[in-house]
Amino acid sequence: MTLLDVRDLCVRAPDGRSLVSGLSFSMERGDRLGLIGESGAGKTLAALAVIGLLPRGMSASGSVLLDGEQVLGAPGRRLDRLRGRAAAVVFQEPLTALDPLKRVGALVAEPLRRRRRLRGRALRGAVLDALSEVRLPGPERLARAFPYELSGGQRQRVAIAMALACEPALLIADEPTAALDTTVQAEMLALLDGLVRSSGMGLLLIGHDLGVVAGVADGLLVLHEGRAVERGTAAEIVHAPAHPRTREVVAAARRLHGALDGLAR
Amino acid sequence: MRVRSPALAAGCALVAVIVAMALLTFFWTPYDPADTTGGRLEPPGAGHLLGTDRLGRDLLTQLMLGARVAVVASLGAVAVGGPLGPAVGVLAGLAARWLDDALAVVLDILLAFPTLLLAMLVVAAKQTSLAAAITAIGLAVSAVVARLTRVLVKRVLAQDYITAARTSGTSWPRIVTGHVLPNIWPTLAVNLALQAGLAALAEASLSYLGLGAPPPNASWGRMLKEAEATVLTSPVAVLAPGALLAMLVIGANLIAQGIREQADPTLRRSR
Repeated sequence: MTLLDVRDLCVRAPDGRSLVSGLSFSMERGDRLGLIGESGAGKTLAALAVIGLLPRGMSASGSVLLDGEQVLGAPGRRLDRLRGRAAAVVFQEPLTALDPLKRVGALVAEPLRRRRRLRGRALRGAVLDALSEVRLPGPERLARAFPYELSGGQRQRVAIAMALACEPALLIADEPTAALDTTVQAEMLALLDGLVRSSGMGLLLIGHDLGVVAGVADGLLVLHEGRAVERGTAAEIVHAPAHPRTREVVAAARRLHGALDGLAR
Repeated sequence: MRVRSPALAAGCALVAVIVAMALLTFFWTPYDPADTTGGRLEPPGAGHLLGTDRLGRDLLTQLMLGARVAVVASLGAVAVGGPLGPAVGVLAGLAARWLDDALAVVLDILLAFPTLLLAMLVVAAKQTSLAAAITAIGLAVSAVVARLTRVLVKRVLAQDYITAARTSGTSWPRIVTGHVLPNIWPTLAVNLALQAGLAALAEASLSYLGLGAPPPNASWGRMLKEAEATVLTSPVAVLAPGALLAMLVIGANLIAQGIREQADPTLRRSR
């Protein structure tokens, strides 16, 4: 069964403005798709529409089949069951994505308890496993920490651990490294890459940085003003961009790398 | 929970004195409250520690019985407003736009009335009794707490961690009990503690106006009223109930501050 099948997705603002229009794409299990576009291109909205969580007042039309179930117009209870099992999300800002009053262990335990029905000692063990899986040092000590005691990178690892604990078929990562500094960024991408690959889940990676997204995703979809303007494999798009917007993005990425090379010389 | 806040300890101590005084009246008072044999407006002395009022009743006895009314009014108002306010607030915070708007308008209207006026309306509609006064104050407290709750709920719901919980398939009831309530509870608790103090003050005001607990119940508000005319000759009769009322309100405020300090995880060392 196709993991995610989006057909002619349109998202409208409360005032009727079209924010995403005519977006279609599909993913098989284990696919790794990158969604690229500048800020305001509709990347995040498209991702939220996929799991039926558009902000209040926004409306979506078209069709979104997630793991074979229609998301658009589905009742809340069915969506609750679908979310987590079929798809989980890692957000851009790790600062606010964790409940500030809960210890890290309790945060990670929540999806484990619900999804795997673990309790007591087994649950505690699974929490520590989940924390070491995302390479957090000293999971026992970390499980007792509050989010404010962690660094940005550590928080994002916790957020990834929470998403993975749901054992989703599709992981949606919305600019998961944008708020982190560059050295942590590379580590985080490698981690995400490895975890997704080893568990065979699909990855929908959203970003504005071509270098970041193309490094992990196999296929790319370029969004511009709510429309898909180009799609192809990462190699195709990096080497032979067709759409003017894509060319700009590629050129910008090259300029950045060129500047770095120039400095290194 | 270990007490690590001096404010909380001080507030609890002040309130405990009043509560102890109120509880003691169930077993012992210096004189019978209706005993008028002491002579009128006697100054503080060996027979009557704080003197007597203008009917010849022992002032300390009246004060202790007044503590009972003040404590009952505080607890009663919080018992009404504590569940009702947050319930309405959470409902408004989660509800569809039209219901939220409707509730917001109702709350704004309730809040536009001064608490005392609202209480007077309720008391006027029913008979003057302590229960009516508590109901009235409780309703006013509910309106304040409900509006605060509504804003807090909306603010928490806009947080990324709520969206994150939603994306992992957490149901609405679990979001409310697991994330929303724990995050708004510290602020609500602080507010309820403040409201408890204000409720005692409101009851005293109603009694002062003759709308609180009817005689022969002793109430600090009515004691103030009765002693007003003789304030220059027997100041203790005015100062004593005033001081106890201030003690209760300050105690409630300190408790509120203490709760805030205890609830903030950045002020709480992780184990």
